[in-house]
Amino acid sequence: MNSKSFYIEKFVDFEKQLNGDSKTFFHNLRKESIKKLNEVDFPTTKNEEWKFTDVTPIIERNFIPSNLSTKIEISKNEIDNYIFSGFDFHLLVFVNGNFVEGLSKINELPKNVFVGNLKTFQKEKENLFKDNINKFLVNETAFNLLNTSFAVDGFAIYVPKNVVIEKPIQVLFINGSEKENILVSPRNLLIAEENSQVSVISNYRGIKEEKYFSNIVSEIFIDKNAVVDYYKVQNENDNSFHIEKIQAYQKEKSVFNQFNITFGGEIVRNDINTKLDGENIEAHLYGLYMINGNQHVDNHTFVDHAKPNCMSNELYKGILDEKSHGVFNGKIIVRQDAQKTNAYQQNKTILLSKGATIDTKPQLEIFADDVKCSHGATVGHLDEVSEFYIRSRGVPQELAKSMLIRAFANDVIETIKIAELKEQINHLIFQHLHKIEI
Amino acid sequence: MLVIKNLKANVEGKEILKGINLEINAGEIHAIMGPNGSGKSTLANVLTGNENYEVTEGEVLFEGKNLLEMDPETRAREGMFLAFQYPIEIPGVSNATFLKTALNEIRKYKGQEEVTPKEFLSLIKEKANLLGMDEAMISRYVNVGFSGGEKKRNEILQMLMLEPKFVLLDETDSGLDIDALKIVANGVNIYKNPDTAFLVVTHYQRLLNYIVPDFVHVLYKGRIIKSGTKELALELEEKGYDWLIKEEEMENV
Ligand SMILES: Nc1ncnc2c1ncn2[C@@H]1O[C@H](COP(=O)(O)OP(=O)(O)OP(=O)(O)O)[C@@H](O)[C@H]1O
Ligand SMILES: [Mg+2]
Repeated sequence: MNSKSFYIEKFVDFEKQLNGDSKTFFHNLRKESIKKLNEVDFPTTKNEEWKFTDVTPIIERNFIPSNLSTKIEISKNEIDNYIFSGFDFHLLVFVNGNFVEGLSKINELPKNVFVGNLKTFQKEKENLFKDNINKFLVNETAFNLLNTSFAVDGFAIYVPKNVVIEKPIQVLFINGSEKENILVSPRNLLIAEENSQVSVISNYRGIKEEKYFSNIVSEIFIDKNAVVDYYKVQNENDNSFHIEKIQAYQKEKSVFNQFNITFGGEIVRNDINTKLDGENIEAHLYGLYMINGNQHVDNHTFVDHAKPNCMSNELYKGILDEKSHGVFNGKIIVRQDAQKTNAYQQNKTILLSKGATIDTKPQLEIFADDVKCSHGATVGHLDEVSEFYIRSRGVPQELAKSMLIRAFANDVIETIKIAELKEQINHLIFQHLHKIEI
Repeated sequence: MLVIKNLKANVEGKEILKGINLEINAGEIHAIMGPNGSGKSTLANVLTGNENYEVTEGEVLFEGKNLLEMDPETRAREGMFLAFQYPIEIPGVSNATFLKTALNEIRKYKGQEEVTPKEFLSLIKEKANLLGMDEAMISRYVNVGFSGGEKKRNEILQMLMLEPKFVLLDETDSGLDIDALKIVANGVNIYKNPDTAFLVVTHYQRLLNYIVPDFVHVLYKGRIIKSGTKELALELEEKGYDWLIKEEEMENV
């Protein structure tokens, strides 16, 4: 059975176990999505947007939607191995897409703030849910429809007008099962109202060796003057599949800082979109990915400048070892209205071995005449003269290489505002690449 | 301490060093002068083990050991040090981390205890002060955002920290103002002792007023065409290289 028919069939079982939830607005969305999924196909490499990423290994398998699979128990001790620590944060934990309240820890928050799971949010803040869910997604793919069809839960964060949430919110997603190949469909929603501020760290971890598929959609609405820092750290199993669409929608004078740190999987695809729909908006997209083995990581970004006087700045860096394959596609649209736009994009890659490859493509579509746009892409190797310099001080070659990897990644690492997070990511980089840590 | 015999080396297939013979004893300072492109930096790189330079003939003994067989880090641990003509920047790695790593590698090799962070800090502060460097640069990334002069000083700081036996200075004076030049020369003079030796590459007599050489050699097209004492440097300053080059060409006729 092809995977599409499989999912459509599974949807019937899935509906049955939803009970009361099947009468909701959310469920109507699911039903519409599964219907649409019936009509569209999963992308192939003939599709320009998927030219370098062949998803056949994902769609030739039938992943059991996690809500129909055997439940996994995770202990408090286990959690400690996965979370970023050493700083104060609120914690939300999801195991295979389902919220685990017992493992989560929300400290005191200002009035009317909501930090929790989407399932509760749809009940407690029904109107906000209806007004924002599935509202801004562009270029909806079959994977996005699959997410909406089977999404049950994910994080929901609502920051009302003029509220600043001081501590970052860490959301730990633990995915995988030793019993079956499962499909995990987290659905995340972040609403930052006028003048508000919030910092969120999504931390994706894989635990079990069986292949699984994380298929995620995250929607982020950033109103006037609001500032959102959104860290995504993808650190799942090397043989897992991971597809996420992050869709942000920004109003005037808002700031969106997105940090996309990816450690890879068999296939990872990130679509990171932001629409700048107001004046004087800032969007910063930072990306760092390090991969090895036969891993494949595809980062697609899309910055849509719709109004004048905005700036976007993008810096993506890849470290590719062994036979890994990287893809970067940076799309920027500057619409006719968007005069005085400043849009920058840089993509730099180093290849640590002969077998590693990168496909990189800027995609600029500019319809306004008074704009500043620049983009650049470089692909290189670790610099031999620098390596000699370091070794000539008595430092062994392997460690010299580590220092140069750190040097290469530095300008992205430096953008991480939480010092402890920065340090722990630094550690993960060397651990993941099997290099000596500096 | 260092014996170079008929050393020949290629860069990208082209012969740059065409048979160098030189003997440097402990306690001595040798200067190498010569026109641009004559092979001075090449000699420095070959001696410290840069793999982009291919040795085709000859032998180099460092305290009786075959230097050319060692990788760059082993040469450093044995006591070789090159102050680079163009020091490298390493963003993300602080001067402190870099030097502590290097120092401990060298100490491990010699069978010594690693330095404690506290010992290290007081040591590096002491040396930095000696060179008139701001202590803040200890925690700054290696050479990142350093001015030309600061980079050269940082090379000398590394020398003072790593305590090599044999030091190559490759145009350490270039880009230094006169005060910085004196400070750097002072650092070298403080460090100099009967167990160390120096090979100083420079274009200018000026440096040699402060770091006084025992011998001066002129390198031209990959060969030492003249050796003398410090007076030779003065003569070169006055007359340039032409007369020497002519002499050399006459001899070859
Ligand atoms: N890495 C390299 N690749 C190609 N050619 C090189 C390289 N290094 C040196 N050379 C060449 O070798 C020759 C000698 O260069 P070297 O740098 O040793 O000269 P130098 O005497 O130090 O000159 P300067 O006084 O300008 O520093 C030059 O012709 C130079 O172009
Ligand atoms: Mg030179």
